[in-house]
Amino acid sequence: MAKNYVTTTINGEQTEFLCETQQTLLDVLRDVIGLTGSKEGCASGDCGACSVIMNGRLVCSCLVLGVEAEGATITTIEGIAQGDKLHPVQQKFLEHAALQCGFCTPGLIVASKALLDENPNPTETEARYWLAGNLCRCTGYDKIIRAVMDAAAELRGESVG
Amino acid sequence: MNYIDTSLKVVGTRPIRPDGVDKVTGRAVFAADTRAAGMLWGKVLRSPHAHARIVSIDTSKAEALAGVHAVVTAADFPEIVSEEAFVGEGPMNFRDLSMNCMARGKALYEGHALAAVAATTQEIADRALALIDVQYDVLPHVIDVEAAMADDAPVLHDDLFTAGVDPAPTKPSNVAKVVTFRKGDAEAGFAEADVIVEGRYTTQPVHQAYIEPHACMATYAPDGQVSIHSSSQGHFMVRAYTAKLLGLNLSNIRVNPAEIGGGFGGKTLVYLEPVAVALSRKCGRTVKMQMTREEVFRASGPTSGAAMEIKIGAKKDGTIVAAKQILKYQAGAFPGSPIGPGCMCGFAMYDLPNVDVVGYDVVSNRPKVAAYRAPGAPITSFAVECALDDLALKLDLDPLTLREKNAAKNGTKTHYGPTHHNIGFTAVLDAVKAHPHWKSPVKEGQGRGLACGFWFNIGGESSAQVHVNEDGTVTAATGSPDIGGSRASIGMMVAEVLGVPPTTVRTIVADTASIGFTFLTGGSRVTFATGMAATQAAEKVVEDLKRRAAQTWEIPVEAVEWKDGKAYPAGSNAGAFEPLDLATLALKSPRTGGPIIAEVSVNAQGAGPGFGAHICDVSVDRETGQVTIERYTAVQDVGKAIHPSYVEGQIQGGAAQGIGWALNEEYIYNDKGQMENPGFLDYRVPVASDVPMIEAVLVEVPNPRHPFGARGVGEVPIIPPMAAIGNAIRRAAGVRMHDLPMSPPKLRAALDAASG
Repeated sequence: MAKNYVTTTINGEQTEFLCETQQTLLDVLRDVIGLTGSKEGCASGDCGACSVIMNGRLVCSCLVLGVEAEGATITTIEGIAQGDKLHPVQQKFLEHAALQCGFCTPGLIVASKALLDENPNPTETEARYWLAGNLCRCTGYDKIIRAVMDAAAELRGESVG
Repeated sequence: MNYIDTSLKVVGTRPIRPDGVDKVTGRAVFAADTRAAGMLWGKVLRSPHAHARIVSIDTSKAEALAGVHAVVTAADFPEIVSEEAFVGEGPMNFRDLSMNCMARGKALYEGHALAAVAATTQEIADRALALIDVQYDVLPHVIDVEAAMADDAPVLHDDLFTAGVDPAPTKPSNVAKVVTFRKGDAEAGFAEADVIVEGRYTTQPVHQAYIEPHACMATYAPDGQVSIHSSSQGHFMVRAYTAKLLGLNLSNIRVNPAEIGGGFGGKTLVYLEPVAVALSRKCGRTVKMQMTREEVFRASGPTSGAAMEIKIGAKKDGTIVAAKQILKYQAGAFPGSPIGPGCMCGFAMYDLPNVDVVGYDVVSNRPKVAAYRAPGAPITSFAVECALDDLALKLDLDPLTLREKNAAKNGTKTHYGPTHHNIGFTAVLDAVKAHPHWKSPVKEGQGRGLACGFWFNIGGESSAQVHVNEDGTVTAATGSPDIGGSRASIGMMVAEVLGVPPTTVRTIVADTASIGFTFLTGGSRVTFATGMAATQAAEKVVEDLKRRAAQTWEIPVEAVEWKDGKAYPAGSNAGAFEPLDLATLALKSPRTGGPIIAEVSVNAQGAGPGFGAHICDVSVDRETGQVTIERYTAVQDVGKAIHPSYVEGQIQGGAAQGIGWALNEEYIYNDKGQMENPGFLDYRVPVASDVPMIEAVLVEVPNPRHPFGARGVGEVPIIPPMAAIGNAIRRAAGVRMHDLPMSPPKLRAALDAASG
């Protein structure tokens, strides 16, 4: 079967790729384009390790087909930092030691950024429910939630130290 | 040298981990993130049957499919004789591991590997698997541990005879081993008891559920040189198993450790690496393999489920006079459950005069169990700590007082032999007593549970190198895969000894050809044992730096001291010289003996056991049976927290895993012995909204056998949660839950039964 030609924007760059019809966006990102920061933990939309922001919406890239990326604007973990300047969510994950093995971290950072884009002042409960689609088996979520709340405060211009 | 009572500048602080930026930007390279030119995809055909004789495997159609380059079955692996392997964590036999990687003669569980293919694309590999024709003779199967022990149970292995019974049996059995531990006279003890509590408890197998599925990439070159890139808890372990299973020399195999996306014990053995090498050997191409989540559940090891009986007798004042336990642990398809630690850990926290523990290691048609955080201990402690709570209720004693009364102290002889030294259990209980959580009144409608946990911790073989680079910065290399931040703690210990900021030390995990042998990351050993090796290597570097300063100044080496990253003349008698810092000494190194490096290998002893106590408040929705964790505090003796944030993280993460074990996680089998919930939707691990903040309280009773006083911390925190939650439910809702998970349907049924 002929491959599909897709034009999309990934992390601000116009990107073209060829993919099989059945290939997911995650397969395309990892195996076709070589952006391996998005992880495959389940390929069924349950773990969130492949989270990306597509047209402003947080999605599991394993549940999106590559061909659906046609004309879309996509942000992956590789596009969260601006050059060498980390996004506050990334910086706070480091400062709060909100990662251990680091495998779920890209998805959690993308999901956290999506949360703060939509809700700059989440309660702890709102943050917990928003991130309930991102599994972390190492941390027990404590430091992740603290990092997200701290990043939110910083983005709002409040310093909580 | 020992730094326990010295003032420390780096150890105990919270710097950003050296691999942190790579991990928050998506740059860190995990096993599945690599590719190679001409790479093929390897995939495994797995048994749909729980128990079947393999009559034949015809791979000809798969081999003929365009794009398929190799197909392997057990016929491509040497037949291995039974031999105990001390390569991984927990009991393992090389022959069993070979047969677990590729079934030989029989498929012993649903998901058991039967054949593997390597093809140019994943899709072709999948099509090839469908073309492999396997003829089975389906056999009756057995899943449950006690059903597997029955006389008429289907027998998995014709050559398995129960060890540890006298006379030796003549009939094969699913009971691989019986172990007993006795101290004093339990029956006499029970005769003296004023009160006795008894109970029967069951736990379910639970999966480690690391988010990264197993993955590797392997190349077998025409000259027999093998390179493997994989995610594991020990690349030397991968090398040893792969060599043995394929009949290769260790020196011909080089294993590069990828970043590892969680393990918790589940990556202390191999599933894919020998298969990928066998495929590559057959076709001469690099082969990449990665499990799907479904394969992880169906084919890789959870920890045991168990059935247990317990009896504890005490005097009216709470002094325990006798304790007895019968433990039946599932091993999965091959012998080797963590029954030994199970028999030891439950009662290890208490000073008991009379103890009788009997354990059974039982095979059944499920995936072979793998280590999971404090293997065996959480299971036994669920029974022991719930029974102690029943005892406290029966005696109308505070559960903390009951534990204080019976707590093991320095000099307490355990029922399994060793005597405790330098332990911090009493300090942990003191910290519980003093904690605001324990002192606060229990809120209306809630219940508060307390439970404790013990783990031995281990040391073992570790190697570390410290290099001073030409500009005075430092590289520290070890052989320990970093699973939760150990590069940070290792680098900090090196920085402390050298007297430099931790940011100038880059810590890496070196491959099997670049560093001395290092036992795997497990048993909570890395910060202890590898930390010891790295500290000693840094000390050797300091000695060398002092020698070079002495040579430069032309004074005796004894007249040089090392302080804050610089060599100083030791006192005015030594002469007046400007201090020499690391950068200056590094610059001068060609004239003072060449490169400045040291490598130290140790076989570390004296790991120092860990003790913890968890306090948990729950509320119970009587209508739905749903349990909400309202507040959670985990207190633990950590010896010395090198990087407190990552110590807290271990404790918080372990507690959350225990919460999942307590409330949700289980394998659901249909009547054919097939797992019905092999995914994260139906095998539900805790998500962020399931848990509250988990307060980790670090108690520091230094371990004198470690230069900074560290004890392992990773395993203890998963031990107390099940009982802490069970005890909280008992006090919130008045029902004792004996069977895990304490899921809504079960709790509803218990509440209904209690209300008659």
